[in-house]
This record gives sequence, structure tokens and C-alpha cells, in this order.
Amino acid sequence: MNHAFDIVIVGAGPAGLAAACAAAESGQRVAVLDDTPWLGGQIWRGEQSRPQLSQAQRWIERFRRSGATLLDRTSAIACPQPGVLLAEHPDEPREIHWQRLILATGAREMFLPFPGWTLPGIVGPGGLQALVKNGWPVDGKRIVVAGSGLLLLAVADGLKKHGAKIVSVSEQAPWSRVLGFGPALLSHPGKMLQGAGIKLRLLGVPYRCGVWPVKAEGDEQVRRVTLTDGRNTWTEDCDLFACGFNLVPNVELPLALGCALSDGFVRVNEWQAASVENVYCAGEPTGIGGVDCALVEGRIAGCAAGDRHAPAKALFAKRACWHRFRAALARAFALRPELKSLAADDTLICRCEDVTLGRMKQFNGWRDAKLQSRCGMGPCQGRVCGAAAKFILGRGMESVRPPVFPARVSSLITSGTSASNPNPNQTTT
Amino acid sequence: MPANPIQLRVNGKSVLVSAGTVLAAAIAQAGVTKFRRAVTGGPRGPLCGMGICMECRVTINGQTQCRSCQTLCEEGMEMRTDE
Amino acid sequence: MSQTRDIIIVGAGIVGVACAMECARGGLKVLVLDRGPIGGGTTAAGMGHIVVMDDSEAQFALTHYSRSLWHELRPQLPEDIEIEVCGTLWVAADDEEMAEVHRKAKNYGQRGVRVEVLNSADLEKAEPNLRRGLAGGLRVVEDFVIYPPCAARHFLEQARKHGAEVRTGVHVKALRSDGSVLLADGSSISAGRCVNAAGPWSPALTPGLPVRKRKGHLVITDRHPGFVHHQIVELGYLKSAHSTGRDSVAFNIQPRKTGQMLIGSSRQFDADDLTVDQAILDRMLKRAIEYLPALGRLSAIRAWTGHRAATPDKLPLIGPSTVSDRIWLATGHEGLGITTSPGTGRLLADLLLGRKTEIPSAPYAPARFANGGAHHE
Repeated sequence: MNHAFDIVIVGAGPAGLAAACAAAESGQRVAVLDDTPWLGGQIWRGEQSRPQLSQAQRWIERFRRSGATLLDRTSAIACPQPGVLLAEHPDEPREIHWQRLILATGAREMFLPFPGWTLPGIVGPGGLQALVKNGWPVDGKRIVVAGSGLLLLAVADGLKKHGAKIVSVSEQAPWSRVLGFGPALLSHPGKMLQGAGIKLRLLGVPYRCGVWPVKAEGDEQVRRVTLTDGRNTWTEDCDLFACGFNLVPNVELPLALGCALSDGFVRVNEWQAASVENVYCAGEPTGIGGVDCALVEGRIAGCAAGDRHAPAKALFAKRACWHRFRAALARAFALRPELKSLAADDTLICRCEDVTLGRMKQFNGWRDAKLQSRCGMGPCQGRVCGAAAKFILGRGMESVRPPVFPARVSSLITSGTSASNPNPNQTTT
Repeated sequence: MPANPIQLRVNGKSVLVSAGTVLAAAIAQAGVTKFRRAVTGGPRGPLCGMGICMECRVTINGQTQCRSCQTLCEEGMEMRTDE
Repeated sequence: MSQTRDIIIVGAGIVGVACAMECARGGLKVLVLDRGPIGGGTTAAGMGHIVVMDDSEAQFALTHYSRSLWHELRPQLPEDIEIEVCGTLWVAADDEEMAEVHRKAKNYGQRGVRVEVLNSADLEKAEPNLRRGLAGGLRVVEDFVIYPPCAARHFLEQARKHGAEVRTGVHVKALRSDGSVLLADGSSISAGRCVNAAGPWSPALTPGLPVRKRKGHLVITDRHPGFVHHQIVELGYLKSAHSTGRDSVAFNIQPRKTGQMLIGSSRQFDADDLTVDQAILDRMLKRAIEYLPALGRLSAIRAWTGHRAATPDKLPLIGPSTVSDRIWLATGHEGLGITTSPGTGRLLADLLLGRKTEIPSAPYAPARFANGGAHHE
């Protein structure tokens, strides 16, 4: 089915919702597509059905009143021609025509290989949080949380509320760096309070810095995790191991559209405009800055895409402030070099095709390794091993190919016609 | 027992879940930890929980290689993991 | 560094490395150059279907000869080449195509190629996912499927064992009539002879070659083992693939050893870019779903394109060019480069070493074209 809009936003997380609200104020026809059945993206998952965060509620409510159309369960998979996105939907392929496009594709967790990392029960902290919001049972489960980033604390807190027993929370960054993050927190009172509140509730749960996992063991699922602080090594028993190392931006769709990257992030100008004409980008794909950074970037992108430059400009100072926070975040939680050698040569790096790190290292570059070892050729399309290889070996995915996500063969076929109906009968929430 | 439960089947076993439950969670509620067998045979379960990693692929209503973490449960669904 | 190099092969695609393997085995000192990784061009983009074809006597001779060489090589090929002896199933949609099945069956049968004619019911049984009501098919039993990039690596490893040297990341600008090779950085490497095995890029190195880029599209699915059991090709393929005219698509599907389905095919001239052409993809996939209605539900994970090196008579250029007996050619294999690489390597080495060839080499001699060895600059 064909759908035509003035401004199309990909992603219904904080950046996408803020962009949609701002864009809709211009009076143009605005649509947001998201591959999930819910609003709020991964970070605000569950807020629609079980509200907890007032900030999320405000934006979801604002979006609902904005007049923007929501195309949910709609996964953008290809850019068959300029001005058109091809998307998969459970019922039918969708062709979405746009005049301006705002990419708010968010981020995913970074996973690093270590012996045992493929065992069931080892889940990304954010991923586990998302699953728990949608019914994954953790009541009474012993959970070890490790990796890096502010997310670890928030997730541990959330899991605890769902009845999990948090064994420990281990941040790989050293105390000195994490404490150095303090000034950034101080300049953002909201963040600081949020952080403090979480810590209070976590009383009784060890939160350690400078500690990282080296091994997981179990038969058919994880049973034990071995951690180290670089001097001592010890083992903790668990039923689940939530482990992730910061976030990596979802830049596959921007790349498919031809957007230029800079240091792995989508390059944007002051209006959040990417290198491709009429394409904007906001939130994590431009730099990992968290919810508030995404919101302000989304609003700027939405205003700019609607040709409302004054209100966009009014937000520049606020954005600059969050960009400082973003830079502080990157410094505080920079990954330690020891993490590059967690995986042994016989540790799998590509989980889709079961390729070991040793096998991958036999070849010169990402493409050579891919062709010869099948590394990155599976259905995750290199999203997991590509990010890991980039960190460990300094090489990673070089290009994307359609579909941007695995999709039914029939979803790759376009109608071959242009958008004929300017007022399609989508459902508006 | 959840209110307004949805009934579905995981590996032939009947499971009742509440509305808003994703398939991956229903599988976990059924006590299944192994979602699929990897290429070299190892057991796997969800990793990213966000539709990216493809580790949670199961057979849904006869269709193989479906992500279970992004799909909401519907009445009468039939799910199979690699056993 | 050796000053007595006999031969430089430009292009580490499967054709170039097969030539390197045979030349090195024959005692020649070989250097292989490529700007990219081993088998990273057309070799990586292709299907890896080892197939006997009979559009012409010469095509039959080279594909049949090469397939038998592949079968000889089989015991020594490493596992990652993923050999799957699934056979080819040529599918006839109607009586006209069924007549072609019988013609092919006779032609192949007379030449010792194992084939089986399938009627409509046999076909249903052999491939239950094909649509009902097809007329029948021809199973070419000993055709098979491989994963080409690993085959290329293996050939190169064999060449190395016999002393060949390989350099990747080397950008060649031209092959010169004194047998040397000019690099993009302005330096040159000398040798007794050079071989242009650069496939679709061969005319860029040897201007004027009668080789044109012919773009193709492929789509690969996630692992759905058992969806089809043969490399299935519509006989209509003969009408579309072998016309030299406009853009064409044909139903062609390959079951990989991994359980993945590789879906083709398309052919386009004058499309030098590598972007996926949605209009062609639409036609190609619609065609495939016409034959396999359930295919639409499988999970597709990647679509890509590549360029074949096409010649006007659909036969490769193997042997000395007409411009200089120190510039040789091994290019122009179009869609059959994977199949015919061992035969090409053997022919080229036999000719270079003055040995008797096992099949006549004249049909592939560049001299058959007025510009077969390229014109002078």
C-alpha cells in the first residue's frame, strides 16, 4: 500500500516523537513509522501500557494530540528510489513517500564476545529491561549486571522492582572516570536526581566500578559469571546475566540512504540535516547522548524539516548543553582496552554463522573475512559482530545492502506505482 | 492467572499470558530457555531483546526464522523452538 | 624480488586464480595481482552453480570439460567450499518448453551427461513447492553448487604451494605489450607475459576488448532447509538469458548447503553501477514467486548485484590477444565463470606451455574477434 506524507520520521522513540510533534506544528502531513507495536522506542518501552515515567507520558500524550500519523509495526527495509521508503508490515508491504525524512533510528547495545557469551540467559541490560516490560519473568531470579554505561544502574533498578535479586552491578570504567562524570551530572539537575534516586533504591546491591566480566559458564544456560577487577578474579552464581557495553548507533538506514558518517555517527549540520538533501537525523545515530539530548535534537529536526527555523534556533543553546553531557558520557564510560582481549581465538564472534574470532583474524579486512569465513553474513547482517570487530580489531561493516532488516521475500517487491492517494486511510492514534 | 489471558502453545504446551506479552516472554514463561540451535549446535536465547540480534528466532504458526522478541502474543498462536 | 617472473595474472577472481594454479603447477613463476580481496568481485557476487550448458558446441565442450575437472578436484576441496551435489532441474512450464526438455535430454544423453526427464507428476514429487501444473523438467544429475570465494582461495593456496606469489590491494592500470604491468602508482612490474583475468574490468585494462558488463541481481534468504532440493532454473531462462537484448529476468533458485535459498536472476547491459535496481528486483522476485508461491514468506536477508563479463558470442576469451603475444586473456566468461574456471586455467596453461589441449581451444581464441586482442591505444 502506498502512503504519502510531507515529513516522515523513522523511529517512535524520544527523538522521533519530539520530531513528529515539532514537525506537525508546521501544519504539514507528518507520519512516524516504527517497527514495534508500541510508542516510545526501546527506552520508553512499556510506558504506553504501564506508565511510570512522567516525561515519557508527556511526550506520548503530546504525540497523540499532534495530528501526526503513526505507522506502527512498520519496519523500513529499503530505499527503492529517492523520496520513497519501502517498509515491511505484517499485513502488507508499504511504500512510504516523503518530501523530508527524519531518521530517529536510535541505538542498540554493544555486545562484546567473551568465553561463554552465547549461553542462553545472557541478555543485554536494555534488552532484558525491554523484555521484562513485555512479560519476561524475573521474579526471584538472581541477576548479575555488568558492562558499561548509565543504563546498568537504571536497568538494575527496574529489574529489582520486578522482583529480581540483583547479585551485583559491575561497571567496567574505573571509579576515577565515573566520578569525573559528576560535574556533567551537576549541570543537569534532572539527571543527577534520577541517578541519586536509583542509587538509593539500590541500597544493598554492590555497584562496583573497574570490574568487568571475563567468562560465563553453564550447561544449556548461564549459571555462573567470572568477573575481575584486573587483580582479583571471582565467580558469582546467577540465573540471568545482563551484560552490555554502552550503545552503538543504528546507522544502517542512514547508510542505505547515502548519509555520510563521521566517527561512526551520522554527520549532521546545525539543523540536524544529514549530508543527503532533505534528510535529517536526530538522537543516538548522531551521537550517544541519552533521552534529553534525543528530545532536543528531535525538536530541532522537526522544526527545521517544517521550515520553522526560529523555534529550531531557540533550542540550539539547550542542545549545546546536552552535547557537553554527551561528550562527558563518552569520556566517563570509554571502554577499557582489556575488553579487547576477553575473547579467545576459539570464542565465537559471529553468532549467526558461528565464526570464531581466530578464524576471522586469519583474513585481512572485514570484507575478506566476511567472504571467506561467513562472518557477518547471517540474519543480524553484522550488527552484533560488526560492532564487536570494530572495537576489537579496528575493522567492521563497510556498507549496507538491502533489506536493512531481514524481511519476507514478498516485502521486497514494490507495487511499481507511485503514491496515488494523498490521504491514505491509516489509523491515527 | 493473568486477567484476560491469551492462550497460546509453546512446543505443544498450552501457556496463558497477559495482554502485552511478547512471544519471547511467553516462551520464557513456559520454562523454555533454548530458543534455537546455532549453526554448530549450541543453545541460544534472546540477546538484544530489541529485534536486532536474531538470536530469538523461532517458528511461529509454521513460519520458521521469526523474531519472537518484537511480536505480541495473539490468541491461538503456535510456537516452536528448536528442541 | 624475482626478476625472472614468467607471468603476471591480473585479477584474483576464480578465473585468474584457476589460471594461476594451473600455470604454477606447470612450473611457471606466477604473480597474481588484485586491487581487492581474493574472489571479491564477480566471484563473490555469483551463484556458484557448476552446470553443463549446451547453447553451442563450444559452450558444451568447455562446461562439460570443466565440470569433470571440478569432480576430479572434489576430494581435495576444503569443507567451506560447501559442495552440494543437488543437480540442476530445468523446469518446463508448457509443451513448448517440454519439447526443449526432450531436445536437451537427447543432446546431453548422447554426450554422456547423466540426465532424467521428469513429467508433471515427477516434478511435483521432486519439488513440492513448485506451483502445480508445470509440464515437467530435466534433471541434470551431476551438476552441483559451490561457494565460490572459498574455492578461489583454495585455488590460490594451490598456486602458492607451487611457488606463485600473490599481492592484493594492488591497483593495476594497464597491461603492456612487453608483458609488463603498469600500476596506478606509476610503477611497473615486468614479466615474460601478463594475463588479463579482470572479468568485467578487463576492458579498462586492455582497451577495446569485446567484453561488456552485464549486471545481475541476487537475493539470499535466511536458512530454510529443504524448501527446494535442486538448483531450479526455468527453461524460459534460455530465451531471456541468452538473448543479448534488453533487460531480462528469469527464475533461478539455488539451495545452499547452509539451507539458505539464493534467488536469481537478472541480466542488464549498460548498468555500470552496483545499486540494487528496484524495478529489476520486483520483476525477478515476482517471477520466482510465480514458480514458487511459498517463496514470498521466506525471510530475505540480503540483496546485491554484480557484473558479469559478457562477450558477443557468449564464449570466453582464452589465449593470446591479437595485439601482442605477451598479453594474454582469460576473461569474458559471463555467467559461467565459476563453472568454467578449471577448464579455463587448464586451457590457458596448456597453451602457454605448448602442451596439447584436452579440448579444442580455437572457439575461445581471442583472435576470433577482429578486436579480440584489443586495439592499439
